[in-house]
Amino acid sequence: MGRTLAEKVWDDHVIPKLSAPLDQGSPQSRAAGEPDLLFIDLHLLHEVTSPQAFDGLRQAGRPVRRLDLTIATEDHNTPTLDIDKPIADPVSRAQLETLRKNCAEFGVRLHPLGDVEQGVVHVVGPQLGLTQPGTTVVCGDSHTSTHGAFGALAFGIGTSQVEHVLATQTLPLARPKTMAITVEGELPDEVTAKDLILAIIARIGTGGGQGYILEYRGSAIEKLSMEARMTICNMSIEAGARAGMIAPDATTYDYLKGRDHAPQGEDWDAAVAYWNTLRSDDDAVFDAEVVIDAAELAPFVTWGTNPGQGAPLSASVPDPASYEDASERHAAEKALEYMGLTAGQPLREISVDTVFVGSCTNGRIEDLRNAASVLDGRKVADGVRMLVVPGSVRVALQAVSEGLDKVFTEAGAEWRHAGCSMCLGMNPDQLAPGERSASTSNRNFEGRQGKGGRTHLVSPQVAAATAVLGHLASPADLSDARTPAGVR
Amino acid sequence: MEAFTTHTGRVVPLRRSNVDTDQIIPAHWLKKVTRDGFEDGLFEAWRKDENFVLNRPERQGASVLVAGPDFGTGSSREHAVWALQNYGFKAVVSSRFADIFRGNSLKNGLLTVVLEQKVVDALWELTEADPTAEVTVDLEARQVRAEGVTADFELDENARWRLLNGLDDISLTLQNEADIAAYEASRPAFKPRTIAA
Repeated sequence: MGRTLAEKVWDDHVIPKLSAPLDQGSPQSRAAGEPDLLFIDLHLLHEVTSPQAFDGLRQAGRPVRRLDLTIATEDHNTPTLDIDKPIADPVSRAQLETLRKNCAEFGVRLHPLGDVEQGVVHVVGPQLGLTQPGTTVVCGDSHTSTHGAFGALAFGIGTSQVEHVLATQTLPLARPKTMAITVEGELPDEVTAKDLILAIIARIGTGGGQGYILEYRGSAIEKLSMEARMTICNMSIEAGARAGMIAPDATTYDYLKGRDHAPQGEDWDAAVAYWNTLRSDDDAVFDAEVVIDAAELAPFVTWGTNPGQGAPLSASVPDPASYEDASERHAAEKALEYMGLTAGQPLREISVDTVFVGSCTNGRIEDLRNAASVLDGRKVADGVRMLVVPGSVRVALQAVSEGLDKVFTEAGAEWRHAGCSMCLGMNPDQLAPGERSASTSNRNFEGRQGKGGRTHLVSPQVAAATAVLGHLASPADLSDARTPAGVR
Repeated sequence: MEAFTTHTGRVVPLRRSNVDTDQIIPAHWLKKVTRDGFEDGLFEAWRKDENFVLNRPERQGASVLVAGPDFGTGSSREHAVWALQNYGFKAVVSSRFADIFRGNSLKNGLLTVVLEQKVVDALWELTEADPTAEVTVDLEARQVRAEGVTADFELDENARWRLLNGLDDISLTLQNEADIAAYEASRPAFKPRTIAA
């Protein structure tokens, strides 16, 4: 029987024939099957989930096993204004200082605030060419699933596992199941990767991917750019999945070629020969399959407090009474109460006071181009604050070289320094209680963007159109609508 | 890690589904660089409401959390597990847990028990009617017991063995150091490196 992409990458990283079985329990226990010990090709670190892991190493007197497979950057706590000044929040400052101290002590490569390679960890790995097809990538951050866009097996881990990888460069893991998400056909105009992934999550639910590695496939996926694929894989975790993957192809190779850490010369040829094998076999069997017709999709936004509570922009806020499942009904009631919305209210009539473009979901150069193409020559509505936060310093430099920063500032938006920013309430960029945002980030949980803040997840294009009109909108709603020039 | 064999305690019934880790411990608590002191951040936003179940006097000292489906979704923060443990919880019961949260819990000795929703409903009804009702989570027998409720649960044998013995993953893995080194020697030259080896 053939194997899926996920199974191939998994198998290639299992350390065979362990001399000391990981499960030394009862015979019954061993018969039930012990976990595989998986080798990790790339370990990404940031300041939030690593301090206690380094502490553990220090207490046990253990070194970092593979400094050459480890890299750190600062993103969650970093301010996006006045980055040359000391960080105002003493606790944030202490966490960044702890990372710097740990990296210096253990010898880990670090790109701190102010460095040209600094940025959101999931933007930095791919742009350096470190994220490659067929690799295993981990990070103490659930959005590590982003790297699956390259055909890597990439997943978020907890701090104990961060320590385990630092010490051993491996992880003991039980093999997940596989689910194919096949998207066939053409995405209609205005429908982006973000709309597609929000629609997928609304279809399968926030627990629908639980226990699975998702493989996105089909003609609509194959046509997506590398950055759009990253947006899709990024939000796999929002469907509860362990990871999301897309088979590598010419789009992947074109993106990688020439990047700092991409293979060169003979190594490149050997790598491509291997990468070409990383496709699910025709006779591979997935444990589950979901099929989506691309042509039926439309711009999609969330109305509730989990990423599965979304609907097409043309729809209205749903009536909780319409849910048959009691726990879903209860969740919808609570969400409407928190969000300050009423059933039946058209989504397009929801006004926002803040628009955020950025994050590991939509903070790459194409995302900024897409938002800028809508904002060019237009103005952010009165009373609306718009933050544009590039995902990395490199993205910022590229945007400036294309004049995108000017497009944003001339429209009345704020052009900020790279970081996680308003995606999560850990740095100064937050919503005030009761404030409402259209946000290109990944989570609309209660309080995620600041205590009492209300979040609607949207694509960069919808974010920009919303900023202009002051209520949830797509570019087609603009009175002087023009053909969107953006890349999908 | 502390070993877990069996635990008996009172219950906090949490009738909410999709309890994400941002609710369990909000992001601003993640700036601490220690593994303890997270108890005051547990469910911080909901605890502002004096009627929130955790605030009720009859729930003080309870050590088993019984929650709705999809508990622990979202961010991978292990701080969520530490917050539950720092507060005093020894076990969490739900019909479905998010993967990363589940992994984190079992690595820290917080037992996450998957039971059918109808059993969760029965535990909610029992402990809402009688806050002094105790629940026993027996890992050796893989069984949850309370008045009128006896339910077996599944847990993979390896995780169970580690929990019962309080074993540390890293030292177990390092017993295979030679095998890891042999695998490393066989890796292709084209694999990425962050620095020259």
